[in-house]
Amino acid sequence: MLKLNIKNKISKIKIILFCIVLYLLLQVLLSTGIINSYWQQIICYAGIMTISALGLNLIYGFTGQFSLGHAAFFGIGAYTSAFVIKIAHLNNTFYLILGLIAAGILAGLIAYVIGLPILRLRSDYLGIATLGFGIIIKVIFDNADAILPVLGGSRGMIGIPKLTNFTWVFVLAILGIVILRNLINSAPGRALISVREDEIAAEAVGVNTTKYKTLGFVIGSVYAGVAGGLYAHLYAFLHPSNFDFLKSIDVLLIVVLGGMASISGTIFAAVIWVFILEGLRVVLPEAILDWRLVIYPLLLILIMIFRPSGIFGSREIKFLAYHEEKTK
Amino acid sequence: MSSFLQQVINGLQLGSVYALIALGYTLVYGIIRLINFAHGDVFMVGAYLGFYAILRFHMPFPIALLFAMAGAGLLGIIIEKLAYRPLRNAPKIACLITALGVSLFLENFSSLKFVFGPNYLAYPRPFPVVNFNIGNVTISNIQIIVFCVAIVLMVILQLFVSKTKTGMAMRAVSFDKSTAQLMGINIDYIISITFGIGSALAGAGGVLYGIAYPQINPFMGIMPGLKAFVAAVLGGIGIIPGAMLGAGIMGMVEVLTSAYISSAMRDAIAFLVLLIVLLVKPAGLLGKSSIEKV
Repeated sequence: MLKLNIKNKISKIKIILFCIVLYLLLQVLLSTGIINSYWQQIICYAGIMTISALGLNLIYGFTGQFSLGHAAFFGIGAYTSAFVIKIAHLNNTFYLILGLIAAGILAGLIAYVIGLPILRLRSDYLGIATLGFGIIIKVIFDNADAILPVLGGSRGMIGIPKLTNFTWVFVLAILGIVILRNLINSAPGRALISVREDEIAAEAVGVNTTKYKTLGFVIGSVYAGVAGGLYAHLYAFLHPSNFDFLKSIDVLLIVVLGGMASISGTIFAAVIWVFILEGLRVVLPEAILDWRLVIYPLLLILIMIFRPSGIFGSREIKFLAYHEEKTK
Repeated sequence: MSSFLQQVINGLQLGSVYALIALGYTLVYGIIRLINFAHGDVFMVGAYLGFYAILRFHMPFPIALLFAMAGAGLLGIIIEKLAYRPLRNAPKIACLITALGVSLFLENFSSLKFVFGPNYLAYPRPFPVVNFNIGNVTISNIQIIVFCVAIVLMVILQLFVSKTKTGMAMRAVSFDKSTAQLMGINIDYIISITFGIGSALAGAGGVLYGIAYPQINPFMGIMPGLKAFVAAVLGGIGIIPGAMLGAGIMGMVEVLTSAYISSAMRDAIAFLVLLIVLLVKPAGLLGKSSIEKV
């Protein structure tokens, strides 16, 4: 037992050291200008997509609730944070935390209100209901300027302070990973997984399935909301089309490509996905740049045909793995 | 009152196009339980095939319609062979992601300059538009054609599914795949046929959409595709009359919302109806809710 503990501690320290080194390395490269501001934005975007996809992985991968409306919560977070920061004139990067808290709370609250009724539906029907919810939210964004002119409606929202930097994204992504890992390894986490495995059996052994489905949905949506807040202050411009059906699909692709219920897979796939989409832009010559969006779906189909359970399957790298307690 | 009747007629026109797309969704879902997201793009390809048939090859309208249906049907069969068949035993989500991949591929490949090109194109009218006035209501010959073609195709489909041997096999596969196989039904063949029929109907829907709302582009299939799918769910997915009923409701809701509430809220109201129906009657309007057994 003692030996295991020490081993765990050492691996924990290793991981913490790895994170610090990675952060310092990237920060040095960024501040010396070796990585230019264009790529800095892409690195930040990869981090944001990671956070958002972790949320969907909790909803779909771990809890088994099929959601096609993740971008709606991402958008709610983005507009909320942008609104709070812009209205209160909080033009300091430290105040970003207030915007993000507001974003997370509102996204979670709306997820709770909408989740309670629709989480009764199963698999494809739930997917369609969340898809419908996503489209309704997008229409609301499109017409939001009728009530709050500052949101800009279909013209887009401009003049959002640029507060997101690499440090914010990195710290929040790490925090998101650690929280999700600990949640999954806790008693409520096991309840979430039991709902995915067999809802009827879970109910029979006394798991309150409604409660845990809603819990997973709300926490996952909070992740999306926070990620949306970071997104709003990274690009400083929001348009309703940034949160349409196709964006929900993007997040779903990341989760499935990485491997359902694999935290490491989601991180890996989110980063790779952002870099492949942007990388093809750089690698491909000008003349066949249009082919970027043709190659990408082909890759997708091929990966699904040859590795239908995603790149990682449900495997994890060691630190993120589920630790079964050894009993004598 | 007359303006209301006018809107009902417009709603029927839109509803008939949705019905043709929704039937493909419902047939495919009924047989392999797959939301075929690429279906909306097959509809788009059908519209383009009709476009070229009328404009370039100067085919008369009925031939152009058949040409588009054949092309779209073939496309559906090819998609099923190449993309979905290798995944027959894979997890459901892998098929869904593949369907999304096929959808993105068709959209973006069609936007390439040497294929259909990324721009909006004006759809040719194969015959002059004639308006008939009945009382205060105006009906154009386009509306009559859209409505009649849709009805005829749906009746043919219904007869095919209920009266022929292949139709019976389709129903058997949809009811229980492995038992159907034990009874000597060639499942792969039936699935191919189903994709072919569904896609041909979508192709016809594309041509009718083109002559009714004369503007097409490679991304035109997304929204009608989603709405037709919603229509199929609304009526009870896997049920053919359900798809028609759902499509009629979707078309009506959409047209009446733009006429009497606000055209900006059109999509929101249509999907709100879906949410309400799903919450009240999760299996759809004509669906039977099944009891889950352990």
